[in-house]
Amino acid sequence: MARVSRREILTAGAAAGGGLLLGWHQDAGPRVLAAAAKATQPVFAPNAFIRIGTDGRVTLIMCQVEMGQGTYTSMPMLLAEELEIGLDQVRLEHAPPDDKLYANPLFGDQETGGSTSVKMFYEPLRRAGATARTMLVAAAAATWKVDPASCRAQKGVVTHSPTGRALPYGALAEKAARLPVPAQVALKDPKDFKLIGTSAKRLDTPAKVNGTAQYGIDVRLPGMKIATVAASPVVGGKVASLDDSKAKAIKGVRQIVRLDDVVAVVADHMWAAKQGLAALDIRWDDGPNATVSIADVVQGLAAATLTPGVVARKEGDAAAAIASAPVKMEAIYQVPFLAHAAMEPINCTVHVQPDRCEVWTGSQVLTRAQATAAKVTGLPLEKVIVHNHYLGGGFGRRLEHDYVTQAVRIAKQVEGPVKVIWTREEDVRHDVYRPYYYDRVSAGVDARGQPTAWMHRLAGPAILARYLPAAFRDGIDPDGLDGAVHLLYDIPAIQVEFVRREEPVLNTGFWRGVGVTHNTFVIESFIDELAAAAQQDPVAYRRALLGKSPRARAVLDLATQAAGWGQPLPAGRGRGVSLLYSGWGSYLAQVAEVEVSKSGEVRVHRIVCAVDCGTVVNPDTVKAQVEGGIVFGISGALWGEVTLEKGRVQQSNFNNVRVLRINETPAIEVHLVRNLEAPGGMGEPSTAVTAPALANAVFAATGKRIRTLPLERNLRLA
Amino acid sequence: MVTLKINGKSHTVDATPEMPLLWVLRDLLGMNGTKFGCGVALCGACTVHLDGIPRRACVMPVSAAVGHAITTIEAIGATPAGKKVQQAWLDLEVVQCGYCQSGQIMAAAALLAKIPAPTDTDIDQAMSGNICRCGTYPRIREAIKHAAQKTSTAKRGA
Repeated sequence: MARVSRREILTAGAAAGGGLLLGWHQDAGPRVLAAAAKATQPVFAPNAFIRIGTDGRVTLIMCQVEMGQGTYTSMPMLLAEELEIGLDQVRLEHAPPDDKLYANPLFGDQETGGSTSVKMFYEPLRRAGATARTMLVAAAAATWKVDPASCRAQKGVVTHSPTGRALPYGALAEKAARLPVPAQVALKDPKDFKLIGTSAKRLDTPAKVNGTAQYGIDVRLPGMKIATVAASPVVGGKVASLDDSKAKAIKGVRQIVRLDDVVAVVADHMWAAKQGLAALDIRWDDGPNATVSIADVVQGLAAATLTPGVVARKEGDAAAAIASAPVKMEAIYQVPFLAHAAMEPINCTVHVQPDRCEVWTGSQVLTRAQATAAKVTGLPLEKVIVHNHYLGGGFGRRLEHDYVTQAVRIAKQVEGPVKVIWTREEDVRHDVYRPYYYDRVSAGVDARGQPTAWMHRLAGPAILARYLPAAFRDGIDPDGLDGAVHLLYDIPAIQVEFVRREEPVLNTGFWRGVGVTHNTFVIESFIDELAAAAQQDPVAYRRALLGKSPRARAVLDLATQAAGWGQPLPAGRGRGVSLLYSGWGSYLAQVAEVEVSKSGEVRVHRIVCAVDCGTVVNPDTVKAQVEGGIVFGISGALWGEVTLEKGRVQQSNFNNVRVLRINETPAIEVHLVRNLEAPGGMGEPSTAVTAPALANAVFAATGKRIRTLPLERNLRLA
Repeated sequence: MVTLKINGKSHTVDATPEMPLLWVLRDLLGMNGTKFGCGVALCGACTVHLDGIPRRACVMPVSAAVGHAITTIEAIGATPAGKKVQQAWLDLEVVQCGYCQSGQIMAAAALLAKIPAPTDTDIDQAMSGNICRCGTYPRIREAIKHAAQKTSTAKRGA
């Protein structure tokens, strides 16, 4: 495709457009892509996000990927708000990989993760829209030889108010493209917002209800083969021997690719590939992790918490205060490895040619995908073309590029394009899991039951040391500590410590909420323990400690009032509360109502969640994220765990990776606080706030304090 | 060679009898709206209709589909129930990542075609085989009721 050069896109000027058009254009597909790539027309491209053609077509380039969280609506809303154009007037295009143009300001590279799209692009995208609008208005004013201040832009048309003269953006594009890009532009006053803050219809929904939305797994190319793989079942293992004679005899199987740690069956279709895989006789050399079990991991982490860690937050002398306190409370909390199990199994399509490599996939990290393909093929970066697609769920899994690396390694051995699809079993067993964390927490309590000191020492891997080394400073992993260092409760002495403990037996990474998922579970369970020990109401106890946090107190009040906190419940039921604040900048409070059966089954009846995430761009999307995050959180809290035996993951498919189904889903109520505070992240928090609310509700219902997740299995052991 | 009737059209494909319908649709016919999720009928992403009955294409040998009317997400909008379901999904903004939604819509359309005004229990029974990891279940339930209301309103009006 005709690529827009960096220089052309950074400076105003005519540039060539192209790429995959998507959104509600239901005919968008590879053919449209080819046609669009050939079509070149002068466009007004004042920045990397907006192109306006002489035909008036407005194309918005989506640097943040769409995995369900609604970015392909919220990002256009930010651009369109300031560009003064309706959402019905725009087309969307996936951005190509380019860190210089599309880096997420928080990470420094092109990443969609960490609930940061709205938070980090709220101002840059509005500025991009305002810049384009300012130039279009200037072009119109110059045409009419009038003061730009006497012109206004609305719905893609600039009008000279005194005379009523009007020109559409398309007619102004060429002239605007010749103007200098202004260094400063005025952004709208929030009171003048037309789109931001309204529940806009998602632009990706129409294609997703009629089967035309293109995910990575839907790529079809001439001559394409389908491959499925068996990677070493133990991390660090290798193929010792391979007998592929039976697999090769299967109709449709074309080739067996043997690499040191993975075998791929390349076939005409997935059915042949799957049959071929089943027919392979692979002997593995399991390597150094051959005998590891989950108990070994837990033992290592437990031992690690006996040594002091790196101090990440310190106020007062918590150790001394606890030692001298009349009452000392102490507890150990544990959370397991978790798999993502996004509905679209991991897949990646690659075509390696002598002078270029093309990659088709769904990735949260396009430039990392490009870089790994370049490294594996030995090609220069600019010879690697990455086509992104809708992601059939991300949840942090597609922040990793292991599957791209693997697919390119396989594709190097294959003539023509090959689509590598992991079976669900492979997806579960070769995930990059939410780490197992082990936390030791203690508090000193005075005679009135009030905490005087708080110590929280957690052990786990430093994901960012691997993933974003620049963010790993002074031995502190900001992700693993997220939430723990943000403790809002007004306690005189606080110490939070991190003991780095890598467990190379499984690959670990980001899982919707990561560090906050476990820290919130620990903090909100333990504060509940303190309230119970003080024989005080858990809500009143928290509330009294939130004098310095009015926003937290407000969401706590909102959630508990809406949930009818304190009102009687039928026997066997209990309510639990939890509160969340972290680096996302959002405040959440949640009340869960559960029922525990005699056999220890936990039925969640109702969840009420109050949210203050500051400025809201698309309220319905925020609500959807809260609902969905709660469902994700319930699955994880009640049942989620990945365990190891002889180095092998013991789970494989939805029979033993139990996830919530519609008949088990509680009534969920979401209450949004509206204000003009800075936007906070909302993709993950509701997942993280859910586990402690459930655990506290289980305690209320049964009197049993469950300190190790998953809840149901550990409740039965309790 | 196997001849199938899909969305009202006849297709002849070179498939062994035991090849699952899912891969015939996706890899031989290029009909990608039907999704692969688990491969063992645990998640419902591959749901299609066989004579109007929802079936899991990932475990259905293509031979079992011969002689039956197969309907996929690509054509469900041509049925009255399917059209209402798709519209309800749009009206209530059910979708997030969307990957499971072909299967959800196929299951919901089959439910409404059979039971025009389903109870919560009917919805549970018809939809509990379809997993959504984005957690759109509350909206799926509401959208089915929304679509059902339209059905009954239309009937009352008729």
